[in-house]
Amino acid sequence: MDVSSDLEKTPLHELNISLGARMVPFAGYEMPVQFPAGVMKEHLQTRVAAGLFDVSHMGQIIVRPKSGIGADAARALETVVPVDVLGLAEGRQRYAVFTNDEGGILDDLMITNLGDHFFVVVNAACKNADFAHLQKHIGDSCHLSLLTDRALIALQGPRAEAVLAELWADISAMRFMDVRACDLHDADCIVSRSGYTGEDGFEISIPSELAEGVCRRLLDHPDVLPIGLGARDSLRLEAGLCLYGNDIDIGTTPVEAALEWAIQKARRSGGDRAGGFPGADIILSQLENGAHRRRVGLKPMGRAPVRAGAVLASDIEGEDVVGTVTSGGFGPSLDAPVAMGYVSMSASAPGTQLYAGVRGKFLPVTVATLPFVPNTFKR
Amino acid sequence: MLKFTEEHEWLKIEDGVATVGITTHAAEQLGDLVFVELPEVGATFTKGGDAATVESVKAASDVYSPLDGEVLEVNQSIVDDPSLVNSDPQGAGWFFKLKLANPADANALLDETAYKELVG
Repeated sequence: MDVSSDLEKTPLHELNISLGARMVPFAGYEMPVQFPAGVMKEHLQTRVAAGLFDVSHMGQIIVRPKSGIGADAARALETVVPVDVLGLAEGRQRYAVFTNDEGGILDDLMITNLGDHFFVVVNAACKNADFAHLQKHIGDSCHLSLLTDRALIALQGPRAEAVLAELWADISAMRFMDVRACDLHDADCIVSRSGYTGEDGFEISIPSELAEGVCRRLLDHPDVLPIGLGARDSLRLEAGLCLYGNDIDIGTTPVEAALEWAIQKARRSGGDRAGGFPGADIILSQLENGAHRRRVGLKPMGRAPVRAGAVLASDIEGEDVVGTVTSGGFGPSLDAPVAMGYVSMSASAPGTQLYAGVRGKFLPVTVATLPFVPNTFKR
Repeated sequence: MLKFTEEHEWLKIEDGVATVGITTHAAEQLGDLVFVELPEVGATFTKGGDAATVESVKAASDVYSPLDGEVLEVNQSIVDDPSLVNSDPQGAGWFFKLKLANPADANALLDETAYKELVG
Protein backbone atom coordinates (compact mmCIF):
# COMPACT_ATOMS: atom_id res chain seq x y z
CA MET A 1 0.00 0.00 0.00
CA ASP A 2 1.61 3.26 -1.11
CA VAL A 3 0.89 6.24 1.06
CA SER A 4 3.10 8.82 -0.57
CA SER A 5 4.52 11.71 1.39
CA ASP A 6 2.97 14.43 -0.80
CA LEU A 7 -0.47 13.66 0.63
CA GLU A 8 -1.87 16.18 3.06
CA LYS A 9 -2.43 15.26 6.68
CA THR A 10 -5.30 16.27 8.92
CA PRO A 11 -4.69 17.74 12.42
CA LEU A 12 -5.70 14.31 13.74
CA HIS A 13 -3.13 12.38 11.70
CA GLU A 14 -0.90 11.46 14.63
CA LEU A 15 -3.91 10.44 16.71
CA ASN A 16 -5.20 8.24 13.88
CA ILE A 17 -1.79 6.55 13.56
CA SER A 18 -1.53 6.06 17.33
CA LEU A 19 -4.96 4.39 17.31
CA GLY A 20 -3.68 1.83 14.80
CA ALA A 21 -5.44 3.18 11.71
CA ARG A 22 -4.71 1.75 8.30
CA MET A 23 -4.09 4.89 6.27
CA VAL A 24 -4.95 5.28 2.57
CA PRO A 25 -4.85 8.14 0.08
CA PHE A 26 -8.26 9.83 -0.18
CA ALA A 27 -9.06 13.15 -1.88
CA GLY A 28 -5.42 14.23 -1.58
CA TYR A 29 -5.20 13.33 2.10
CA GLU A 30 -3.78 10.43 4.04
CA MET A 31 -6.90 9.17 5.80
CA PRO A 32 -7.84 6.24 8.04
CA VAL A 33 -9.81 3.61 6.10
CA GLN A 34 -10.23 1.43 9.16
CA PHE A 35 -9.03 0.98 12.72
CA PRO A 36 -8.13 -2.32 14.40
CA ALA A 37 -11.80 -3.12 15.17
CA GLY A 38 -12.46 -3.44 11.40
CA VAL A 39 -15.15 -2.04 9.11
CA MET A 40 -17.91 -4.37 10.29
CA LYS A 41 -17.50 -3.63 14.01
CA GLU A 42 -16.98 0.08 13.37
CA HIS A 43 -20.19 0.24 11.36
CA LEU A 44 -22.25 -1.61 13.95
CA GLN A 45 -20.71 0.41 16.80
CA THR A 46 -21.98 3.59 15.13
CA ARG A 47 -25.48 2.12 14.82
CA VAL A 48 -25.71 0.95 18.45
CA ALA A 49 -23.44 3.32 20.42
CA ALA A 50 -21.18 6.07 19.01
CA GLY A 51 -18.46 6.42 16.41
CA LEU A 52 -15.91 9.20 16.06
CA PHE A 53 -14.95 10.21 12.51
CA ASP A 54 -12.10 12.47 11.40
CA VAL A 55 -13.63 14.51 8.57
CA SER A 56 -11.04 17.29 8.74
CA HIS A 57 -10.20 16.82 5.06
CA MET A 58 -13.51 18.45 4.17
CA GLY A 59 -13.54 22.15 3.33
CA GLN A 60 -14.76 24.69 5.89
CA ILE A 61 -15.54 28.08 4.36
CA ILE A 62 -16.65 31.27 6.07
CA VAL A 63 -18.87 33.56 3.97
CA ARG A 64 -18.96 37.04 5.50
CA PRO A 65 -21.06 39.75 3.82
CA LYS A 66 -19.08 42.91 3.05
CA SER A 67 -22.12 44.92 4.14
CA GLY A 68 -22.10 43.25 7.55
CA ILE A 69 -25.73 42.23 7.02
CA GLY A 70 -26.23 38.45 7.16
CA ALA A 71 -29.16 38.53 4.74
CA ASP A 72 -26.84 39.90 2.05
CA ALA A 73 -24.69 36.77 2.30
CA ALA A 74 -27.86 34.64 2.13
CA ARG A 75 -28.95 36.43 -1.04
CA ALA A 76 -25.49 35.95 -2.54
CA LEU A 77 -25.50 32.22 -1.70
CA GLU A 78 -28.91 31.85 -3.33
CA THR A 79 -27.26 32.76 -6.66
CA VAL A 80 -25.20 29.54 -6.52
CA VAL A 81 -27.55 27.04 -4.83
CA PRO A 82 -31.24 26.17 -5.49
CA VAL A 83 -31.87 26.30 -1.76
CA ASP A 84 -33.79 28.69 0.49
CA VAL A 85 -30.87 30.35 2.29
CA LEU A 86 -32.66 33.58 3.14
CA GLY A 87 -35.27 31.61 5.06
CA LEU A 88 -32.66 29.67 7.03
CA ALA A 89 -32.93 30.82 10.65
CA GLU A 90 -29.87 31.80 12.64
CA GLY A 91 -28.38 28.73 14.30
CA ARG A 92 -29.76 26.40 11.64
CA GLN A 93 -28.08 24.30 8.97
CA ARG A 94 -29.36 23.10 5.58
CA TYR A 95 -28.18 20.66 2.89
CA ALA A 96 -27.47 22.26 -0.50
CA VAL A 97 -25.88 21.64 -3.88
CA PHE A 98 -23.81 23.91 -6.12
CA THR A 99 -25.24 23.60 -9.64
CA ASN A 100 -23.82 24.46 -13.05
CA ASP A 101 -25.55 25.98 -16.09
CA GLU A 102 -26.58 22.52 -17.31
CA GLY A 103 -28.28 21.74 -14.00
CA GLY A 104 -25.47 19.36 -13.01
CA ILE A 105 -24.15 19.18 -9.46
CA LEU A 106 -20.71 20.68 -8.83
CA ASP A 107 -20.68 19.58 -5.20
CA ASP A 108 -23.00 19.01 -2.27
CA LEU A 109 -22.54 20.97 0.92
CA MET A 110 -23.97 22.12 4.24
CA ILE A 111 -24.85 25.78 4.78
CA THR A 112 -25.12 27.20 8.30
CA ASN A 113 -26.49 30.59 9.33
CA LEU A 114 -24.32 31.98 12.12
CA GLY A 115 -26.01 35.40 12.21
CA ASP A 116 -23.66 37.94 10.71
CA HIS A 117 -21.96 35.28 8.55
CA PHE A 118 -22.46 31.85 7.04
CA PHE A 119 -20.42 28.70 7.55
CA VAL A 120 -20.22 26.27 4.64
CA VAL A 121 -18.82 22.71 4.65
CA VAL A 122 -17.90 21.15 1.30
CA ASN A 123 -16.31 17.93 0.09
CA ALA A 124 -12.53 17.53 0.29
CA ALA A 125 -11.98 16.73 -3.38
CA CYS A 126 -14.00 19.77 -4.48
CA LYS A 127 -12.99 22.35 -1.89
CA ASN A 128 -10.51 24.35 -3.96
CA ALA A 129 -12.84 24.40 -6.96
CA ASP A 130 -15.77 25.30 -4.70
CA PHE A 131 -13.81 28.14 -3.17
CA ALA A 132 -12.89 29.50 -6.62
CA HIS A 133 -16.52 29.10 -7.70
CA LEU A 134 -17.73 31.12 -4.69
CA GLN A 135 -15.03 33.72 -5.20
CA LYS A 136 -16.10 34.15 -8.83
CA HIS A 137 -19.83 34.33 -8.18
CA ILE A 138 -20.19 36.04 -4.80
CA GLY A 139 -16.71 37.47 -4.19
CA ASP A 140 -17.95 40.99 -4.95
CA SER A 141 -20.39 41.00 -2.07
CA CYS A 142 -18.78 38.59 0.40
CA HIS A 143 -15.40 38.00 1.99
CA LEU A 144 -14.59 34.32 1.70
CA SER A 145 -12.10 32.34 3.72
CA LEU A 146 -11.23 28.67 3.41
CA LEU A 147 -10.28 27.69 6.93
CA THR A 148 -7.01 25.78 7.16
CA ASP A 149 -6.61 25.98 10.92
CA ARG A 150 -9.57 23.89 12.01
CA ALA A 151 -10.27 20.19 12.33
CA LEU A 152 -13.71 18.71 11.73
CA ILE A 153 -14.96 15.63 13.52
CA ALA A 154 -18.27 13.78 13.56
CA LEU A 155 -19.62 11.92 16.58
CA GLN A 156 -22.44 9.72 15.32
CA GLY A 157 -24.80 7.19 16.84
CA PRO A 158 -27.52 6.78 19.47
CA ARG A 159 -25.08 7.40 22.36
CA ALA A 160 -23.57 10.54 20.78
CA GLU A 161 -25.83 12.91 22.69
CA ALA A 162 -25.11 11.34 26.09
CA VAL A 163 -21.37 11.22 25.44
CA LEU A 164 -21.21 14.83 24.28
CA ALA A 165 -23.50 15.98 27.09
CA GLU A 166 -20.83 14.83 29.51
CA LEU A 167 -18.47 17.31 27.84
CA TRP A 168 -21.00 20.07 27.17
CA ALA A 169 -24.27 19.86 29.11
CA ASP A 170 -26.45 22.00 26.83
CA ILE A 171 -26.14 19.69 23.82
CA SER A 172 -29.37 17.78 24.49
CA ALA A 173 -31.44 20.91 23.80
CA MET A 174 -30.29 20.92 20.18
CA ARG A 175 -32.53 19.47 17.48
CA PHE A 176 -31.51 18.00 14.11
CA MET A 177 -29.70 20.68 12.03
CA ASP A 178 -29.31 23.08 14.96
CA VAL A 179 -25.89 24.71 15.17
CA ARG A 180 -24.20 26.38 18.13
CA ALA A 181 -20.90 28.09 18.61
CA CYS A 182 -19.61 26.82 21.95
CA ASP A 183 -16.62 26.20 24.16
CA LEU A 184 -15.78 22.56 24.48
CA HIS A 185 -13.23 22.51 27.29
CA ASP A 186 -11.92 25.91 26.24
CA ALA A 187 -11.83 24.96 22.57
CA ASP A 188 -13.77 27.44 20.44
CA CYS A 189 -16.02 24.99 18.54
CA ILE A 190 -18.93 25.07 16.13
CA VAL A 191 -21.25 22.15 16.91
CA SER A 192 -24.06 21.05 14.59
CA ARG A 193 -26.55 18.28 15.26
CA SER A 194 -26.04 16.59 11.91
CA GLY A 195 -23.92 14.05 10.11
CA TYR A 196 -24.00 11.66 7.21
CA THR A 197 -24.65 8.23 8.70
CA GLY A 198 -28.43 8.32 9.16
CA GLU A 199 -27.85 8.30 12.92
CA ASP A 200 -28.42 11.08 15.38
CA GLY A 201 -25.11 12.79 15.94
CA PHE A 202 -22.96 15.88 15.83
CA GLU A 203 -20.31 17.47 13.66
CA ILE A 204 -17.79 19.63 15.49
CA SER A 205 -15.38 22.15 14.01
CA ILE A 206 -12.41 22.61 16.36
CA PRO A 207 -9.22 24.72 16.24
CA SER A 208 -6.55 22.35 14.92
CA GLU A 209 -4.24 22.54 17.90
CA LEU A 210 -7.03 21.57 20.31
CA ALA A 211 -8.64 18.84 18.21
CA GLU A 212 -6.57 15.92 19.44
CA GLY A 213 -7.37 16.75 23.06
CA VAL A 214 -11.12 16.91 22.40
CA CYS A 215 -10.97 13.63 20.47
CA ARG A 216 -8.99 11.86 23.17
CA ARG A 217 -11.62 12.87 25.73
CA LEU A 218 -14.35 11.49 23.49
CA LEU A 219 -12.42 8.29 22.81
CA ASP A 220 -11.87 7.79 26.53
CA HIS A 221 -15.61 7.18 26.79
CA PRO A 222 -16.43 3.45 26.68
CA ASP A 223 -19.23 4.04 24.15
CA VAL A 224 -16.96 5.63 21.53
CA LEU A 225 -14.76 3.95 18.91
CA PRO A 226 -12.77 5.63 16.13
CA ILE A 227 -14.32 4.97 12.71
CA GLY A 228 -12.62 4.97 9.31
CA LEU A 229 -13.66 5.72 5.74
CA GLY A 230 -14.74 2.12 5.12
CA ALA A 231 -17.56 2.20 7.65
CA ARG A 232 -18.32 5.81 6.79
CA ASP A 233 -19.14 4.63 3.27
CA SER A 234 -21.27 1.64 4.29
CA LEU A 235 -23.18 3.77 6.84
CA ARG A 236 -24.04 6.53 4.36
CA LEU A 237 -25.01 3.94 1.74
CA GLU A 238 -27.42 2.22 4.15
CA ALA A 239 -28.79 5.70 4.94
CA GLY A 240 -29.42 6.25 1.21
CA LEU A 241 -27.19 9.34 1.16
CA CYS A 242 -25.33 10.43 -1.97
CA LEU A 243 -21.55 10.28 -2.22
CA TYR A 244 -20.27 13.09 -4.42
CA GLY A 245 -18.32 11.67 -7.36
CA ASN A 246 -20.28 8.40 -7.23
CA ASP A 247 -24.00 9.08 -6.89
CA ILE A 248 -23.99 12.72 -7.90
CA ASP A 249 -21.67 14.73 -10.15
CA ILE A 250 -21.76 17.33 -12.93
CA GLY A 251 -23.66 14.83 -15.09
CA THR A 252 -26.60 14.48 -12.67
CA THR A 253 -29.24 17.04 -11.73
CA PRO A 254 -30.82 17.34 -8.26
CA VAL A 255 -34.11 16.02 -9.67
CA GLU A 256 -32.47 12.96 -11.25
CA ALA A 257 -30.66 12.42 -7.93
CA ALA A 258 -33.98 12.45 -6.01
CA LEU A 259 -32.81 15.51 -4.08
CA GLU A 260 -35.95 17.61 -4.72
CA TRP A 261 -36.39 17.88 -0.96
CA ALA A 262 -33.31 20.13 -0.96
CA ILE A 263 -35.08 22.67 -3.21
CA GLN A 264 -37.54 24.53 -1.02
CA LYS A 265 -40.77 26.10 -2.25
CA ALA A 266 -39.35 29.65 -2.28
CA ARG A 267 -36.91 28.74 -5.04
CA ARG A 268 -39.33 26.76 -7.21
CA SER A 269 -41.56 28.12 -9.98
CA GLY A 270 -44.15 30.39 -8.38
CA GLY A 271 -42.06 30.80 -5.22
CA ASP A 272 -40.97 34.13 -3.74
CA ARG A 273 -37.45 33.79 -5.13
CA ALA A 274 -37.91 31.25 -7.91
CA GLY A 275 -34.84 30.37 -9.97
CA GLY A 276 -31.82 32.65 -10.05
CA PHE A 277 -29.30 29.81 -9.61
CA PRO A 278 -27.18 28.13 -12.31
CA GLY A 279 -29.17 25.65 -14.41
CA ALA A 280 -32.50 26.92 -13.00
CA ASP A 281 -34.34 26.53 -16.34
CA ILE A 282 -33.45 22.85 -16.57
CA ILE A 283 -33.94 22.03 -12.89
CA LEU A 284 -37.27 23.87 -12.52
CA SER A 285 -38.53 22.23 -15.69
CA GLN A 286 -37.55 18.80 -14.36
CA LEU A 287 -39.29 19.57 -11.05
CA GLU A 288 -42.53 20.14 -12.95
CA ASN A 289 -42.21 17.55 -15.69
CA GLY A 290 -39.91 14.94 -14.21
CA ALA A 291 -36.52 13.75 -15.46
CA HIS A 292 -35.81 10.77 -17.68
CA ARG A 293 -33.97 8.84 -15.01
CA ARG A 294 -33.84 8.67 -11.26
CA ARG A 295 -31.60 7.57 -8.41
CA VAL A 296 -33.08 4.55 -6.66
CA GLY A 297 -32.17 2.04 -3.98
CA LEU A 298 -31.32 -1.48 -5.12
CA LYS A 299 -31.46 -4.66 -3.07
CA PRO A 300 -29.50 -7.56 -4.54
CA MET A 301 -31.42 -10.76 -3.88
CA GLY A 302 -28.38 -12.97 -3.25
CA ARG A 303 -25.34 -12.49 -1.01
CA ALA A 304 -23.07 -11.07 -3.71
CA PRO A 305 -22.45 -7.33 -3.39
CA VAL A 306 -23.19 -5.34 -6.54
CA ARG A 307 -20.59 -2.61 -6.94
CA ALA A 308 -20.46 0.82 -8.58
CA GLY A 309 -20.29 0.59 -12.36
CA ALA A 310 -22.43 -2.54 -12.67
CA VAL A 311 -24.88 -2.35 -15.57
CA LEU A 312 -28.60 -2.66 -14.75
CA ALA A 313 -30.91 -4.39 -17.21
CA SER A 314 -34.57 -5.26 -17.24
CA ASP A 315 -33.87 -8.80 -18.48
CA ILE A 316 -31.64 -11.58 -17.19
CA GLU A 317 -29.68 -11.67 -20.47
CA GLY A 318 -28.65 -8.06 -19.84
CA GLU A 319 -29.79 -6.86 -23.26
CA ASP A 320 -32.25 -4.14 -22.27
CA VAL A 321 -29.98 -1.83 -20.29
CA VAL A 322 -31.96 0.56 -18.06
CA GLY A 323 -29.26 2.03 -15.83
CA THR A 324 -26.04 1.80 -13.84
CA VAL A 325 -25.10 1.21 -10.22
CA THR A 326 -23.32 4.22 -8.66
CA SER A 327 -22.65 2.90 -5.13
CA GLY A 328 -22.79 -0.63 -3.88
CA GLY A 329 -21.46 -2.78 -1.13
CA PHE A 330 -22.46 -4.72 1.92
CA GLY A 331 -24.75 -3.29 4.58
CA PRO A 332 -23.55 -4.66 7.94
CA SER A 333 -26.73 -3.50 9.74
CA LEU A 334 -28.86 -5.43 7.26
CA ASP A 335 -26.40 -8.32 6.90
CA ALA A 336 -27.07 -8.06 3.16
CA PRO A 337 -25.75 -6.30 0.09
CA VAL A 338 -27.17 -2.87 -0.78
CA ALA A 339 -26.69 -0.52 -3.72
CA MET A 340 -27.90 2.68 -5.36
CA GLY A 341 -27.99 3.61 -9.00
CA TYR A 342 -29.70 5.49 -11.78
CA VAL A 343 -32.45 3.87 -13.82
CA SER A 344 -34.85 5.11 -16.47
CA MET A 345 -38.17 6.31 -15.03
CA SER A 346 -40.01 3.25 -16.34
CA ALA A 347 -37.79 1.04 -14.16
CA SER A 348 -37.78 3.24 -11.05
CA ALA A 349 -40.85 2.08 -9.12
CA PRO A 350 -40.07 0.30 -5.84
CA GLY A 351 -40.43 -3.44 -6.31
CA THR A 352 -39.28 -3.41 -9.94
CA GLN A 353 -37.20 -6.50 -10.70
CA LEU A 354 -33.91 -5.71 -12.46
CA TYR A 355 -30.67 -7.57 -13.14
CA ALA A 356 -27.17 -6.29 -12.34
CA GLY A 357 -24.11 -7.38 -14.31
CA VAL A 358 -21.57 -8.93 -11.94
CA ARG A 359 -18.54 -10.81 -13.29
CA GLY A 360 -20.24 -11.84 -16.52
CA LYS A 361 -23.55 -12.87 -14.92
CA PHE A 362 -26.77 -10.93 -14.41
CA LEU A 363 -27.96 -11.20 -10.81
CA PRO A 364 -31.48 -10.24 -9.68
CA VAL A 365 -31.88 -6.95 -7.80
CA THR A 366 -35.07 -5.23 -6.66
CA VAL A 367 -35.67 -1.48 -6.76
CA ALA A 368 -36.08 -0.47 -3.11
CA THR A 369 -37.21 2.55 -1.16
CA LEU A 370 -34.44 4.60 0.43
CA PRO A 371 -33.11 4.68 3.09
CA PHE A 372 -32.31 1.03 3.68
CA VAL A 373 -31.90 1.75 7.40
CA PRO A 374 -34.36 4.32 8.83
CA ASN A 375 -32.70 7.46 10.13
CA THR A 376 -32.89 8.36 13.82
CA PHE A 377 -32.52 12.14 13.63
CA LYS A 378 -33.88 14.11 16.63
CA ARG A 379 -36.18 16.49 14.83
CA MET B 1 5.03 -28.74 1.54
CA LEU B 2 3.80 -25.19 2.13
CA LYS B 3 4.27 -22.68 -0.71
CA PHE B 4 3.18 -19.11 -1.36
CA THR B 5 2.55 -16.84 -4.36
CA GLU B 6 3.40 -13.18 -4.69
CA GLU B 7 -0.37 -12.64 -5.08
CA HIS B 8 -0.86 -13.85 -1.48
CA GLU B 9 -2.21 -17.35 -1.97
CA TRP B 10 -0.87 -20.25 0.10
CA LEU B 11 -0.70 -23.88 -1.06
CA LYS B 12 -0.30 -27.00 1.00
CA ILE B 13 0.78 -29.73 -1.41
CA GLU B 14 0.21 -33.43 -0.67
CA ASP B 15 0.41 -36.18 -3.30
CA GLY B 16 0.11 -33.76 -6.23
CA VAL B 17 -2.97 -32.05 -4.77
CA ALA B 18 -2.71 -28.46 -3.52
CA THR B 19 -5.07 -27.10 -0.89
CA VAL B 20 -5.26 -23.38 -1.72
CA GLY B 21 -6.24 -20.37 0.37
CA ILE B 22 -5.33 -16.74 0.95
CA THR B 23 -2.59 -15.84 3.40
CA THR B 24 -3.06 -14.37 6.85
CA HIS B 25 -1.49 -11.18 5.50
CA ALA B 26 -4.03 -11.03 2.64
CA ALA B 27 -6.96 -11.71 4.97
CA GLU B 28 -5.81 -8.90 7.27
CA GLN B 29 -5.43 -6.50 4.34
CA LEU B 30 -8.88 -7.33 2.95
CA GLY B 31 -10.62 -6.87 6.28
CA ASP B 32 -14.01 -8.36 7.14
CA LEU B 33 -15.08 -10.65 4.30
CA VAL B 34 -18.79 -10.79 3.52
CA PHE B 35 -18.93 -12.87 0.34
CA VAL B 36 -16.90 -15.65 -1.28
CA GLU B 37 -17.43 -17.08 -4.76
CA LEU B 38 -15.64 -20.37 -5.41
CA PRO B 39 -14.94 -22.20 -8.67
CA GLU B 40 -16.94 -25.21 -9.83
CA VAL B 41 -15.56 -28.65 -9.05
CA GLY B 42 -14.00 -29.90 -12.29
CA ALA B 43 -13.02 -26.44 -13.52
CA THR B 44 -9.49 -26.22 -14.90
CA PHE B 45 -7.22 -23.24 -14.50
CA THR B 46 -3.86 -22.14 -15.72
CA LYS B 47 -1.50 -20.37 -13.35
CA GLY B 48 -2.76 -16.84 -12.67
CA GLY B 49 -6.32 -17.52 -13.83
CA ASP B 50 -9.23 -15.99 -11.87
CA ALA B 51 -10.32 -18.88 -9.68
CA ALA B 52 -12.35 -17.25 -6.90
CA THR B 53 -13.63 -13.90 -5.69
CA VAL B 54 -13.67 -12.50 -2.19
CA GLU B 55 -15.56 -9.40 -1.17
CA SER B 56 -15.12 -7.26 1.91
CA VAL B 57 -17.68 -4.65 2.98
CA LYS B 58 -15.88 -2.23 0.70
CA ALA B 59 -14.31 -4.04 -2.27
CA ALA B 60 -14.06 -7.17 -4.38
CA SER B 61 -10.75 -8.99 -4.98
CA ASP B 62 -9.76 -11.88 -7.20
CA VAL B 63 -8.08 -15.03 -5.97
CA TYR B 64 -5.83 -16.55 -8.62
CA SER B 65 -5.03 -20.13 -9.39
CA PRO B 66 -1.47 -20.53 -8.10
CA LEU B 67 -0.57 -23.23 -10.65
CA ASP B 68 -2.10 -25.18 -13.53
CA GLY B 69 -4.64 -27.74 -12.40
CA GLU B 70 -8.18 -29.01 -11.95
CA VAL B 71 -10.46 -28.22 -9.01
CA LEU B 72 -11.19 -31.41 -7.04
CA GLU B 73 -13.07 -29.94 -4.09
CA VAL B 74 -14.25 -26.56 -2.77
CA ASN B 75 -14.81 -25.38 0.81
CA GLN B 76 -18.54 -24.68 1.07
CA SER B 77 -18.17 -23.62 4.72
CA ILE B 78 -16.46 -20.33 3.70
CA VAL B 79 -19.32 -19.59 1.30
CA ASP B 80 -21.77 -20.11 4.16
CA ASP B 81 -19.63 -18.08 6.56
CA PRO B 82 -17.02 -15.86 4.88
CA SER B 83 -15.74 -14.68 8.28
CA LEU B 84 -14.06 -18.09 8.59
CA VAL B 85 -11.45 -16.79 6.11
CA ASN B 86 -10.67 -13.92 8.50
CA SER B 87 -10.57 -16.06 11.61
CA ASP B 88 -8.51 -18.98 10.21
CA PRO B 89 -7.16 -18.06 6.76
CA GLN B 90 -4.43 -20.70 6.63
CA GLY B 91 -6.56 -23.45 8.15
CA ALA B 92 -10.34 -23.89 8.12
CA GLY B 93 -10.61 -20.92 5.72
CA TRP B 94 -9.10 -22.81 2.76
CA PHE B 95 -10.71 -22.19 -0.66
CA PHE B 96 -10.27 -25.17 -2.98
CA LYS B 97 -8.19 -28.24 -3.72
CA LEU B 98 -6.36 -28.30 -7.02
CA LYS B 99 -5.03 -31.44 -8.72
CA LEU B 100 -1.78 -30.07 -10.08
CA ALA B 101 -1.03 -30.65 -13.77
CA ASN B 102 2.70 -30.34 -13.12
CA PRO B 103 3.52 -30.71 -9.41
CA ALA B 104 7.15 -29.80 -10.05
CA ASP B 105 6.07 -26.25 -10.99
CA ALA B 106 5.52 -25.65 -7.28
CA ASN B 107 9.29 -25.50 -6.83
CA ALA B 108 9.26 -22.06 -8.48
CA LEU B 109 6.87 -20.62 -5.86
CA LEU B 110 7.95 -18.87 -2.67
CA ASP B 111 8.68 -20.77 0.51
CA GLU B 112 7.48 -19.44 3.86
CA THR B 113 10.68 -17.49 4.58
CA ALA B 114 10.66 -15.81 1.16
CA TYR B 115 6.96 -14.91 1.51
CA LYS B 116 7.49 -13.40 4.94
CA GLU B 117 10.27 -11.27 3.47
CA LEU B 118 7.94 -10.16 0.69
CA VAL B 119 5.20 -8.91 3.00
CA GLY B 120 7.62 -7.56 5.59
